[in-house]
Amino acid sequence: MTWVTGSGRPAERDTRAGPGGGRISGHGAWFLVLPALIPILVLSVGPLLYGILLAFTDAQSGRTASTRWIGTLNFQDLLHDTLFWESFRIGLVWAVGVTVPQFLLALGLALLLHQELRLRWLARALAIIPWAMPEVVVGIMWRLVYNADAGVLNETLRDLGLGDGRDWLSGLGTALPAVIVVGVWAGMPQTTVALLAGLQNTPRELHEAAAMDGAGAWRRFRTVTWPALRPVALAITALNLIWNFNSFALVYVLTNGGPGGRTRLPMLFAYEEAFRYGQFGYAAAMGCVMVALISVLLALFLVGRLRGGEES
Amino acid sequence: MRTRKSARVGQYAALLAYLAFLALPFLWLLSTAFKSPRELGSPHPSWIPEDPTFGNFRQAFDEQPLLHAASNSLLAAASAALVAVLLATPMAYVMARHRTLLGRAATGWVVVSQAFPFVLVIIPLFLVLKNLRLIDSVFGLVMVYVVWSLPFALWMLVGYVRAVPAELEEAAAVDGAGRLRTLVSVTAPLLAPGIVATALFAFITAWNEFFFALVLLKTPEKQTLPVVLTHFIGAEGVADLGPLAAAAFLATLPSLVVFALIQRRITGGMTAGAVKG
Repeated sequence: MTWVTGSGRPAERDTRAGPGGGRISGHGAWFLVLPALIPILVLSVGPLLYGILLAFTDAQSGRTASTRWIGTLNFQDLLHDTLFWESFRIGLVWAVGVTVPQFLLALGLALLLHQELRLRWLARALAIIPWAMPEVVVGIMWRLVYNADAGVLNETLRDLGLGDGRDWLSGLGTALPAVIVVGVWAGMPQTTVALLAGLQNTPRELHEAAAMDGAGAWRRFRTVTWPALRPVALAITALNLIWNFNSFALVYVLTNGGPGGRTRLPMLFAYEEAFRYGQFGYAAAMGCVMVALISVLLALFLVGRLRGGEES
Repeated sequence: MRTRKSARVGQYAALLAYLAFLALPFLWLLSTAFKSPRELGSPHPSWIPEDPTFGNFRQAFDEQPLLHAASNSLLAAASAALVAVLLATPMAYVMARHRTLLGRAATGWVVVSQAFPFVLVIIPLFLVLKNLRLIDSVFGLVMVYVVWSLPFALWMLVGYVRAVPAELEEAAAVDGAGRLRTLVSVTAPLLAPGIVATALFAFITAWNEFFFALVLLKTPEKQTLPVVLTHFIGAEGVADLGPLAAAAFLATLPSLVVFALIQRRITGGMTAGAVKG
């Protein structure tokens, strides 16, 4: 869903319906809004609040005894749960490890696509593939690439004389980098499209004027392109961080958290806690901690970036 | 602006590297799907299958209930897309034409709902659906998909409604057309392509969705395509590669086709919006 960000809420200023026309009376408006509002309240807002409440209970799946309030006991347990914090750390490494290269690669591709190059159409067509593919299929596909015997990666390494290759997804040291590459591949198109939209927003005349004045490519990028691109870049990076931190399907298919928990993202951890061990309350507490900590980190990141922007 | 020749060469080299990175994994999937078991067992796999075969596709259909799973996916995704658009269009219209507190709250919710990990939503939903006896039912899954796709459906549709000039509606009103008449014969035709694009996008997201389906559907006969695909990967991660590749390729086709249809609309719409904003 990443594409949503790029649109950057366009027509914000021409929202006002003209005088007289286009007005809907109060009752009419409610009539139009309720069909969507009720499901959102019942199946989205409601469950979310319910989920937060569950974090303060001992809810378990398939238990006959009634659920009790246990205050912050889940959170106290969580504080000492080293496995969870290890998983949280892996989640951060994964989220940053995917988001940063994803952004840099997408920026490069967007700058290339912004030029008048041949083969642009091909790049656009190919960019559809990772975007449209089900995450499960992306995972399966890369399992085939990484496969120790029949995979193309090891075969290429052998051809280049770079050794026999290895079992990438089950090696303790290689599993996390290997899944990060897949994460980058899967999310690149959306980021590229968002950045490309931002690039097309940069004033071409300024660019040309800077070139006339003899500014080199890097200087033009620094002084003309980047300032115009910054808001889009910040928004897409912030959202990518959140989405990547919360991702599930890719790694579930690629490694299912293995080997030895080296790729067990927080979502995989919470999923197992809830639906394998039935600890609903405890898993809900994990969800709350994930949201809270990620919000804080993200707020720090955004404040830092915005302040940095004012100085430069 | 003139670009020096060496810079051009560098640009093309970079572009080719990107193309390779994007395309090669997919080509490898295709190649594996058409390889014979003998070739898959060989220690030196090649890019082009030596004797291409459809055997993997046949075997994929024999081993797992793919067709059945595909029809489950189709049912879930199509109904979710249809219902989501039906519910979202009127609300999007109001949000686009009026600056109300509700509209702002809804927009805020769209953003906030993106930030929450699914696990915090799925546990309560699981309990609620269990009480309604809608666990392990496609109907329950459709309900979840509808709500889950509402935020971005609203987001897209608000943009499309704003692209329809309010002046057109006013002109119709001046000419004596009633409120309903204006909506049906002026607004709706102009909005139709946007509604179709939104529905198709909702369709793809639901067709591709894995996590909710994994949690909510337990009976194998009811499971959707992505969940059934993971059954190809055995418990030890040992998979029959050929049929796995074949099934994965087939599962992607509908998304690719639909996405190709609406891609211009999505990326084009974003670009137009960015230029305007």
